[in-house]
Amino acid sequence: MAHLAIFPILLPLIVGILLLMLARLPITVQRWVAAACVLLQIGAAVALLAAVSGGDVLVYRLGDWPAPWGIVLVADRLAAWMVLITTLLALPAVVFASGGVDAQDRHFHVLFQMQLFGLAGAFLTGDLFNLFVFFEILLIASYGLALHGGGAARTRAGLHYVVMNLAGSTVFLFAAGLLYAALGSLNLADLATKASKLTPDQLGLARAGGLLLLLVFGLKAALLPLHLWLPRAYAGTSAPVAALFAIMTKVGIYAILRTHTLLFGNAAGELAQLFDPWLLPLALATIVIGTLGAMAAGNLTKLAAYLVLVSVGTLLTGISVGTQGIAAALYYLPHSTFTAALLFLLADAIKRRRPESGNRFATGADLPRHALWGALFFAAAVAAAGLPPLSGFVGKFLILRATPDQPWVWAVILLGALMSVIALARAGSQLFLAATTATLPLQMPDAPVASGAPQTAMQMPVATFSDARELLSIGSLLGLILALTVAAGPAVDFANATALQLANPAFYISAVLTGKP
Amino acid sequence: MEALIALAIGTLTGCGVYLILRARTFTVVLGLTLLSYGVNLFLFATGRLVIGQPPVISGAPSYADPLPQALVLTAIVIGFAMTAFVIMLSLRARDEFGNDHVDGLDTASDSKGEVT
Repeated sequence: MAHLAIFPILLPLIVGILLLMLARLPITVQRWVAAACVLLQIGAAVALLAAVSGGDVLVYRLGDWPAPWGIVLVADRLAAWMVLITTLLALPAVVFASGGVDAQDRHFHVLFQMQLFGLAGAFLTGDLFNLFVFFEILLIASYGLALHGGGAARTRAGLHYVVMNLAGSTVFLFAAGLLYAALGSLNLADLATKASKLTPDQLGLARAGGLLLLLVFGLKAALLPLHLWLPRAYAGTSAPVAALFAIMTKVGIYAILRTHTLLFGNAAGELAQLFDPWLLPLALATIVIGTLGAMAAGNLTKLAAYLVLVSVGTLLTGISVGTQGIAAALYYLPHSTFTAALLFLLADAIKRRRPESGNRFATGADLPRHALWGALFFAAAVAAAGLPPLSGFVGKFLILRATPDQPWVWAVILLGALMSVIALARAGSQLFLAATTATLPLQMPDAPVASGAPQTAMQMPVATFSDARELLSIGSLLGLILALTVAAGPAVDFANATALQLANPAFYISAVLTGKP
Repeated sequence: MEALIALAIGTLTGCGVYLILRARTFTVVLGLTLLSYGVNLFLFATGRLVIGQPPVISGAPSYADPLPQALVLTAIVIGFAMTAFVIMLSLRARDEFGNDHVDGLDTASDSKGEVT
């Protein structure tokens, strides 16, 4: 099918606009339309993955302009993999939001679809400036989502997040401009061919542009020292949004991986391995900071946010150590995404069930049905810490296997895992084991309880929450992690094939510049 | 002309970065605006500075690069939308915190105020 590559981009855009027109209809209708659209997107993503899993590179020329002149969408294994992970994550998030969060403010589902539109576009585009445009689309949707529901804490975190990202967008423009000035193109494949024929007088410009790109993508990925915005932004927003944001750091990681292998790969002449001196040390430092933050976190949401940092560091460690490491990181990426989302959703569910102490690590009244929630938390903690038998263990093991002669990597990753276990064990014992026996009846608070700040969203209708949808979304995320564990063999094979495709960009380049769709 | 453009970009960007690092949302918004002006000028210059050349290829031996102009146009539109958004957000923050400090701390009345 010739138009397959643009489907994952067009579907959420059209449905997002449709939802804007349906805004006056009951929220139930909007929920069903949104969920149906995400299901369709999963279908499109699976079809796309099936089309490219054999090693093909689908090139979609917008307006049928030939490649260096027009904008192209390129679907290779990596892009299709990322789109599939995004859509699989979106479904539990939208189901959880349908439990009541989306009714706290207007246009949740519109913004959600626009976010998916930007994400799919960022993964599929083959043009540097178009990547900037899709970044802006997903960012402006994320601003709206991050602030959804209101409240002073959310506004403060949102303000920092917005200003950081606007400054980052400016740096992105500087980087794209520098690369265009030095190389005379914005098409990623064309840039890759021109990078190897760079004249010495343009080398400085191109290096500066490339490293500025790393700066921008590092900001999106929350790579140390650009991670400071993440914990407060993620902990401050509503749970389904934080769950969807689990993929946002992965957009930065995807962009680093794409430029690292395509633009600055081994064939790039003077620019080859431009990111190498920076990636590994910064990635390891990110793991250290994330782990320390997780140890110091005072509630489950903060703990989940710092564990996102740890996973960012782990993924970038894998990416910086060569093809085998990239394959390992590609297997670990969906696991870490689903796990982060699972922790955010669980944190919110637990918070609502402990009216007086929220999900702070303080002794409080026992949860209703605490065996169920305790078991769910235990499974999530095993996944987050990377313990066997779940897929996190397989992913971390593969990353360690890719670095046989780097004791520093082993030390940081293993100690980080140990300290994550300690932090999660402390969280579990405080939340579940140290509870007092008096069980309070389940209350239905209409606003976040634990923030302590005065809420200003009281004029919104009192939201009701649905236990069934909560359990359904949490269960389906656990199911995805289980599926990734059971299907580890095929998934690792696919990750290896993807890493090989990234290591040999010649086929990608010729498909974009000369190949017929 | 190169020196003038470089000075203009440098001044705008330098002022923008300085203003972004201030603690009040008003100056931060101004800083973001100046930064986007700086980067727009910079994008123009990436096509090399030429005078009196046709903007499209028309058989003439040389031409002005049309691509940066398209990029600048896109960047202006996006920058405009983002500025509008961040102004609204700053107003809301001013409304909710009761002051325009980026952390919501009113340093004038309570210098030891704690972030909640």
